[in-house]
Amino acid sequence: MVNPPFSAEVRGAITLTWTLALREVRAQYNRTALGRLWSLVNPLVTIATYSLVFGLILAGQAPPGINSKLHFFSLWIAVGLVTWTFLSSSIAAGMSALLGNAGLLTKVHFPRVVLVVSAVIAKAATFLTELSVIMVIVAAIVGPKIFLMIPVLVVFIILLAVFCTGVALTLSIVVIWFRDIEHLWGLFSQVWMYASGVVFPVTLVASASTRLFQDGISINGQPIPLLAVFRANPAEQFIEAFRALIYDFALPNWDIWLMTTLWACGSLTIGTLVFRAKQARIVEEL
Amino acid sequence: MSDFAVRVENVTKTFRVYTDRNQSLKSAIIARGRNKFEEFVAVDDVSLEIPRGITFGLLGHNGSGKSTLLKCIARILTPNSGKITVDGRLAAMLEVGSGFHPNLTGRENVYLNGAILGMSKKEIDRKFDAIIDFSGVERFIDQPVKNYSSGMYVRLGFAVAIHVEPDILLVDEVLAVGDMQFQEKCTEKFSELKADGRTVVVVSHAHDLMRTFCDEVAWLQNGRVIETGDAMGIVDAYANKEHRARKVESGGVRFGSGESYVTKLEWIVDGVDTRTCHTGDEVTIRAHYQSEIEIERPIFGTSLDSREGVFVWGHHSRDAGYVVSSIKPGTGSIDVRIPSLPLRPGTFDVSFSIQDRTGTHVYDALQRAIRIDVLTGTPIESGGIMTFGSSFENIQPPRPIAAG
Repeated sequence: MVNPPFSAEVRGAITLTWTLALREVRAQYNRTALGRLWSLVNPLVTIATYSLVFGLILAGQAPPGINSKLHFFSLWIAVGLVTWTFLSSSIAAGMSALLGNAGLLTKVHFPRVVLVVSAVIAKAATFLTELSVIMVIVAAIVGPKIFLMIPVLVVFIILLAVFCTGVALTLSIVVIWFRDIEHLWGLFSQVWMYASGVVFPVTLVASASTRLFQDGISINGQPIPLLAVFRANPAEQFIEAFRALIYDFALPNWDIWLMTTLWACGSLTIGTLVFRAKQARIVEEL
Repeated sequence: MSDFAVRVENVTKTFRVYTDRNQSLKSAIIARGRNKFEEFVAVDDVSLEIPRGITFGLLGHNGSGKSTLLKCIARILTPNSGKITVDGRLAAMLEVGSGFHPNLTGRENVYLNGAILGMSKKEIDRKFDAIIDFSGVERFIDQPVKNYSSGMYVRLGFAVAIHVEPDILLVDEVLAVGDMQFQEKCTEKFSELKADGRTVVVVSHAHDLMRTFCDEVAWLQNGRVIETGDAMGIVDAYANKEHRARKVESGGVRFGSGESYVTKLEWIVDGVDTRTCHTGDEVTIRAHYQSEIEIERPIFGTSLDSREGVFVWGHHSRDAGYVVSSIKPGTGSIDVRIPSLPLRPGTFDVSFSIQDRTGTHVYDALQRAIRIDVLTGTPIESGGIMTFGSSFENIQPPRPIAAG
């Protein structure tokens, strides 16, 4: 008898990841009247609210879709919002996956990373449902051309999921040593959402920057680089990518390809390193 | 194929015991990482070899490191140093059903738990009927497990775990689950595993169980292995040691002002201080005391509690009408004589106290100082804690007595 080969262990881990993700998805809306419909009702209500507040009352304008000629603020918001929701909720879920499964971790051995990854995958399932609904609506308005974007869309979904997994891996470890992070994250993600252009277009940031400069507020005689800061935000980059694909029917710019890939790889590298370094001590610190 | 299922080489595991745990950012910043902790050595340079195909026990007190070692073998904890080689598929039953999700049905949980324990979907499909059959919860299998009774919960968890059919099974004090019938099923399953040449590693402090269940045991104390080998011999040695330890520790708790105190408590049968006696024995409880002061009309009290915590009996010298004018500074002793011990077989703890004349000031109360085992003697009566020396008689209408 030899130890099971490495690949069998990896295969076991993959099975377990799927099973756990499925558990999350199944248990989430268990025993509610609307069941899985809830995963659509939530974003719909938020989208409606944001459309009303930012679109109607504050008269927010979305740029018309480049190729799609779509001019529909709610859809523009919807794409940004579901992307953002996936990003923030999957990081939050992944972050607390270890703490929340303390009972399991202290009793059974399995690759610990599975818990974090499956939490992100479970959120991805919701994300996919929401994206599909948006795409069907867009297709109904503009035509089925949007489905041509699916292969590229898949690439960006994977990039985003990888980015989230990396951040979640890092934070899931950090939160074990500093429980405050969980609460801090709630605040931070609120700020982050507004810094990511979920509810307003990037052009507003550029004009705000110009306005400040005209008002005489500057750094060393240069305009405050609000736009540059804004665009350094990975969430903004991902949202831009998804908007390009679904709202504009256009491939994202090369710089977005580059930046999102870098963010995803960087995040996963750091996440993996942190997790590797500390995973042996997880159980005793819980 | 090596001869050993598990080989533990020089394994050390320490824990950080935080004196002032900080898990908040604020304290981390303020304390600047001056997180005070002490290293506690739970497993100290342990080496073991567990032969294939036997049932192996890890024996020891709470805190002896046996559970930590088991968790290291199960790869739940990572040792600080040393190496553990496990040869074969391993499954741990540390707390069965721990991966259950309350909102999912029994069926879904079987698949979930099976996956956590390392079974593939195909494998679970194949064993599903056997698992349900073993657990005896088939009627409720499509109900959410939160509606299960705790017994059903544990049975289903156990059923999944045992059907992993590992080469090496780690068990932590879970043999006492379910009702008698289910326990029998488990015992049967364990012997089946043994017959198949699988290795079982058990952790327990229940030495009577270890004695019959295990082939070999390792006796751990303070994180070190005292002895390894044949179960019978070591379990007996352990049990003896445990007995002596009780006596030396002079037990439980002590409170009181301490000007006068009990130095030693004896349970004397036939002139010998012992910890075992029989129902109906004449027993003398002898308390040796030391006093720093003179105490007028002291009250000496003694009591017995069952191991389960039932206050069985108490008596003190004032109620007994035995009032000593005073005790002088120095040492001495006092006896409490029980002419015929009216206790049924069981384990009891003896306490002793010295109080002032009013009974309001306690000089010393030595609680649960010694533990005694009462064995079967005479009379033999059927149940409970006490014997009354009772008899059956006077059947009406009169019938001849067949035996008596």
